[in-house]
Amino acid sequence: MSVKSTAAGDSPAKGRGRTTTRGTAAKRRAGEPGLVQLLTPQGERVEHPDYAIDVTPEELRGLYRDMVLTRRFDAEAITLQRQGELGLWASLLGQEAAQIGSGRATRPDDYVFPTYREHGVAWTRDVDPLNLLGMFRGVNHGGWDPNENNFQLYTIVIGSQTLHATGYAMGVAKDGADAAVIAYFGDGASSQGDVAEAFTFAAVYNAPVVFFCQNNQWAISEPTEKQSRVPIYQRAAGFGFPGVRVDGNDVLAVLAVTRAALEHARSGQGPMLVEAFTYRMGAHTTTDDPTRYRSDEEREEWASKDPIARLRTYLEREGIAGEAFYAEVEAESDALAKRVREGVRNMPNPGTMAIFENVYADGSSLVDEERAQFVEYMSSFESGDVATAGTGH
Amino acid sequence: MSPDSTSNTTYREELREAMREALARDERVFLMGEDVGRYGGAFGVSLGLIDQFGPDRVRDTPLSESAFVGAGIGAAIAGMRPIVEIMTVNFSLLALDQILNNAATLLHMSGGQVAVPLVIRMTTGAGRRLAAQHSHSLEGWYAHIPGIRVLAPATLEDARYMLASALADPDPVLIFEHGSLYNLSGQLDTGCGPVDLDTAAIRRPGNDVSLITHGGSLGKTLQAADRLAEEGIDAEVIDLRTLRPLDDTTILGSVRRTHRAVVIDEGWRTAGLSAEVATRIAEQGFYDLDAPVERVCGAEVPTPYAAQLEEAALPQTDGIAAAARRTVG
Repeated sequence: MSVKSTAAGDSPAKGRGRTTTRGTAAKRRAGEPGLVQLLTPQGERVEHPDYAIDVTPEELRGLYRDMVLTRRFDAEAITLQRQGELGLWASLLGQEAAQIGSGRATRPDDYVFPTYREHGVAWTRDVDPLNLLGMFRGVNHGGWDPNENNFQLYTIVIGSQTLHATGYAMGVAKDGADAAVIAYFGDGASSQGDVAEAFTFAAVYNAPVVFFCQNNQWAISEPTEKQSRVPIYQRAAGFGFPGVRVDGNDVLAVLAVTRAALEHARSGQGPMLVEAFTYRMGAHTTTDDPTRYRSDEEREEWASKDPIARLRTYLEREGIAGEAFYAEVEAESDALAKRVREGVRNMPNPGTMAIFENVYADGSSLVDEERAQFVEYMSSFESGDVATAGTGH
Repeated sequence: MSPDSTSNTTYREELREAMREALARDERVFLMGEDVGRYGGAFGVSLGLIDQFGPDRVRDTPLSESAFVGAGIGAAIAGMRPIVEIMTVNFSLLALDQILNNAATLLHMSGGQVAVPLVIRMTTGAGRRLAAQHSHSLEGWYAHIPGIRVLAPATLEDARYMLASALADPDPVLIFEHGSLYNLSGQLDTGCGPVDLDTAAIRRPGNDVSLITHGGSLGKTLQAADRLAEEGIDAEVIDLRTLRPLDDTTILGSVRRTHRAVVIDEGWRTAGLSAEVATRIAEQGFYDLDAPVERVCGAEVPTPYAAQLEEAALPQTDGIAAAARRTVG
């Protein structure tokens, strides 16, 4: 145990014969490594040689609306969890641009494999927000038909959806379809074997999949330096496909880069890795307290790069949206909040026998046997239901 | 065992003190896993240890279960005494190849040359609304594997004193901490000394029926025994605490006195730990039984997420008491 795992590239290598490699990594980390940006934190429009974008005023207002509504929905969900209406919530606060930009880059026939935090992407795929809340409330499993919007169910197991996405993309290619698959994952997941194996597979089979990593800087309490010594996007090179880092708080840059990556995949050039450099402004989930491991200064610094504020500054400066528009979005946001609050509180609890559903596709004698025992047991309570009787078997 | 004025410690704190003692006593001991350092562990078990022992001995790892278990094996082979924390038993499945194909087999396949004195701690069990991918009770699976020892501390004393014995064991030892136990509070009996890892413990002596359990179900089983006592049924409660090797002597000794047995296991019934215990009773104590062996297990479904469904799917006090009554009825 003599090899120290110091933070990536921030100290010179000593006598391990890898000075060159490490020195290069250190330099890259020290500066801003090839960050694609089209809208600065100050709301100024800038150009990038590889990623041009032409968006209409209507589209710009749409992106703003998407981000505001998504943030409001997220805030309501946190409150609902605090009030005991949801078992858990994983907030996307701060990651609106990464999610709305990439989600809006997809076509209806593309297929999305999310983690459990992609509420903004779900929004762009027209998944009813109430369905997301139903899952976190525990009144249903899944909550939406993944094939209705080509938006897979949330994946809780870290990184495993990158493998599913790769297999799905191989199927898409086999069908000869002109569509791509996008797999979301995080900086923590990038250390999972599943993700490395997904990269290997996608590259070897030239699968039309975009690996979209939201590097939000923190895997619960562990900073990205605990996951990688090089910027995550650079890992793609070792697997033989392109990687790019985009300002994840810049909705225009994310839109442009993701469009390009999806087109790369659709046109038969295989996988691509996009690292959206962003920040989780809130907790990992409602069970987490981020003040235990990170500073207020760091959060403040990222607050100054807020994705919604920078787009609004741009819209105002360019005269693309006026007060009437903002008032309209605000009213819509209030209406959405009211709808989800009421909707969640009125969701009926599932009956106890639901635990025996969908264990096997065509049922099973073992499950039938247990179900029958359970019915008999429940009938011993006056209410006829073990759940309402407040006790178990 | 409930919080009261005499409570001065918790299961979580005793696990932590055990690690603190081990780290202080032996320089070869170190802890590694996800969020174990600065965060103090996902369940707060290692809180503060990094301040005392530094980041070399309390190491945050990348999210790579196979890697940190495999590296733990390597470090153990190199002479260290690693404690590897896996956040939950579910995540241990990502390291199953390292645990089963490597840690458990290396001694045998090296002709006795390569011992793996590795301790792996992990959270197991349901009851906290964490749904089907964070709530398994898979300790019974691990108890299936030759070459390793499997422990399930369920009391403050076992939380405190099992670790030293585990670290002294030359073979890989897996320790399963039921998530519902971390806040268990009470007064620590400091006089009990090191825990013998080969014996089960009788937590409540009785003469009418043997209730055999472990881990997170122990508290519910003791409650059931209290309820049965009010009805005039004198139940004995056995805490297996070492799931591999099973202590047949204590199990069969109890059944020979009570002539009745109920096995309580949060894990699934089919091909599970409860089946193994019941089979041993049938093999070795058949003629001592006055009633068929009963089992109370988790429903054979993925663990539900909704609170009332989860409660319904797990062994509960009522169900345990009902099973015990059937054996004496």
